[in-house]
Amino acid sequence: MSNKDFVLSVEGLTVSFDGFKAVDDLSFYVEEGEIRVIIGPNGAGKTTVLDLICGRTKSTEGSIKFRGKDLSKMTEHEIVHAGVGRKFQNPSVYEDLTVFENFELSFPRGRSVFGALGFQRDAEVLKAIEETAEMVFLQEHLGMQADLLSHGQKQWLEIGMLLIQQPSLLMLDEPVAGMSVAERKKTAELLLKITKDRSVIVIEHDMNFVADIADRVTVLHQGKVLSEGSMDHVQKDPKVIEVYLGH
Amino acid sequence: MSNYSKQKFLSPAELGGFIVLAILLFVVLPLSVDDFRLNLIGKYLSYSFVAMGLVLCWGYGGILSLGQGVFFGIGGYCMAMFLKLEASSVENTAIQSTPGIPDFMDWNQLTELPWFWEPFNSLGLSLIAVILVPGLFAFLIGLAMFKRRVGGVYFAIITQAVAAILTILIVGSQGMTGGINGITDLRTLLGWDIRTDEAKVILYFVCVTFVFICLFLCQFVLRSKLGRLLVAVRDTEERVRFSGYNVDNFKIFIFTFAAMLSAIGGALFTLQVGFMSPSFVGIVPSIEMVIFCAVGGRLSLLGAVYGALAVNFAKTTLSEAIPELWLFALGGMFIAVVSIFPNGLMGLYNTYISAPVNRFYHAAVRFINKDKPVETLSEPLSEPESESTLGAK
Ligand SMILES: Nc1ncnc2c1ncn2[C@@H]1O[C@H](COP(=O)(O)OP(=O)(O)O)[C@@H](O)[C@H]1O
Ligand SMILES: [Mg+2]
Repeated sequence: MSNKDFVLSVEGLTVSFDGFKAVDDLSFYVEEGEIRVIIGPNGAGKTTVLDLICGRTKSTEGSIKFRGKDLSKMTEHEIVHAGVGRKFQNPSVYEDLTVFENFELSFPRGRSVFGALGFQRDAEVLKAIEETAEMVFLQEHLGMQADLLSHGQKQWLEIGMLLIQQPSLLMLDEPVAGMSVAERKKTAELLLKITKDRSVIVIEHDMNFVADIADRVTVLHQGKVLSEGSMDHVQKDPKVIEVYLGH
Repeated sequence: MSNYSKQKFLSPAELGGFIVLAILLFVVLPLSVDDFRLNLIGKYLSYSFVAMGLVLCWGYGGILSLGQGVFFGIGGYCMAMFLKLEASSVENTAIQSTPGIPDFMDWNQLTELPWFWEPFNSLGLSLIAVILVPGLFAFLIGLAMFKRRVGGVYFAIITQAVAAILTILIVGSQGMTGGINGITDLRTLLGWDIRTDEAKVILYFVCVTFVFICLFLCQFVLRSKLGRLLVAVRDTEERVRFSGYNVDNFKIFIFTFAAMLSAIGGALFTLQVGFMSPSFVGIVPSIEMVIFCAVGGRLSLLGAVYGALAVNFAKTTLSEAIPELWLFALGGMFIAVVSIFPNGLMGLYNTYISAPVNRFYHAAVRFINKDKPVETLSEPLSEPESESTLGAK
């Protein structure tokens, strides 16, 4: 199979924590512009897969090719610069800073030490921040300290922090977890809007939400792919029903 | 343009704080104390540079160094080496078996100036060395530690070990460093006698001027995006990496910057006190320096100055009266700062004086303007900053 049609090719990926293989000889491919949803029971290794792609965990074996670059040999910030953005399972924002400052730090300029010292809040920065804030429903909260936001708003803030980086591959770990029904709806719309011009990997448990957004679904179980295909396909797969959807 | 994106170099409250400090140091103290006490205050102030560095590195960046005495000491030694060479002219040292080298070298049977002393014949090179040698040393320590992701308590312990090792090295190579006694009997700077009362007053003002230069430099760093990144690194280091920053470089930078500040303090200390010795390098002085910063308030630059003044004043007073008590007092202060007022004197000031005064001011403005349209009231006097928004958790 040629790598060039895929934005991300994961092949033979394995990571072992003291002998326990959280991800075991995993291969999957994500196309340009695709929304891929990864589902699977708790402990299946979903978060670990994202950790491996974004450089937080180093793989034991295998390769992760992103647009021809081998991510498994790069550091976290190099992977970000290459165009991979990642949202954590627990909202991870800068709680002591304002919403505005959270966006400001995420804006992809002035990332070196002296770049940061000389960074100016010019019109380009302000425009990007205001647009992003509006997109993630936080335009009224720019001056607010981030730890005063609700759980759902923090999730949005973190999504906004990724968007302002303009990543070409966006990875979201349980983006609607802990959200109210109304917030889920808004988030689903948001995701459909922001996934237009980029590829996305989403981890999610909420099957209605998955059905709404997924192009293709990968089911993980014990660090391996159990099934892969359209939502319809995996929902009918007897193996999937047995280990995951059945209960 | 909306409020949230506006950034002043100094908020009105901070500007007020700077002005009060300037009046205190430039006018009130020189007019109200004798030359001897003024020189003492100048000596205390040379520690405030270390405390400022710790505000940035520890208070904001979360990197606790228990070895700042190393950089203070190297800065001080670089200055002392120049002054010592000037004091060791051939005429001054004619009675030695090798005239023209520092006396302690002669006592240790050295017959030649060690190579690394040579640059210190030049004032220019010595002043550059005051900043660059400690800076380079801190940079290398930072590089070795932060690139390996050594942080927190481990980093603190390693800096402490460095302080111990450097002290042992200095004490052990008596012939080249003056050993336990340090470098003493410093006399003139380019022929200008630094031991006179008049010189000491001038040096005090030089020191205060540098205090303000460094305060402004630090304020610039804190006001830049780098200042906000430091807070972000302190609280959620990993997230900062995934915002695309090479966090290690930022840590190396701020640690090096703090070291250079300490070194400036060390050089000013040597000039004002007239000697430098390993007793300002080791573990105990390094821990004292952290306490200056903690007592002043680790999130406040001005607090660094007040902390250095207050703790050193207490030390002098107590050591004159009951010398044995000082270490207990130091321990007590440390416990108090950690458990009762974690943001130090400036934290207390913000909570009990600044905030109520602000509230009173706003209430008064509201009262006076109660007939006027509401818009004129919307601009707040100042945001009661660090204490509430950046407080360490
Ligand atoms: N750093 C780690 N060290 C040891 N075990 C880990 C580590 N990270 C994850 N694991 C283990 O790997 C398995 C997969 O975890 P995770 O990827 O978080 O699952 P999921 O996100 O699918 O619920 C779990 O059993 C977890 O305990
Ligand atoms: Mg998970």
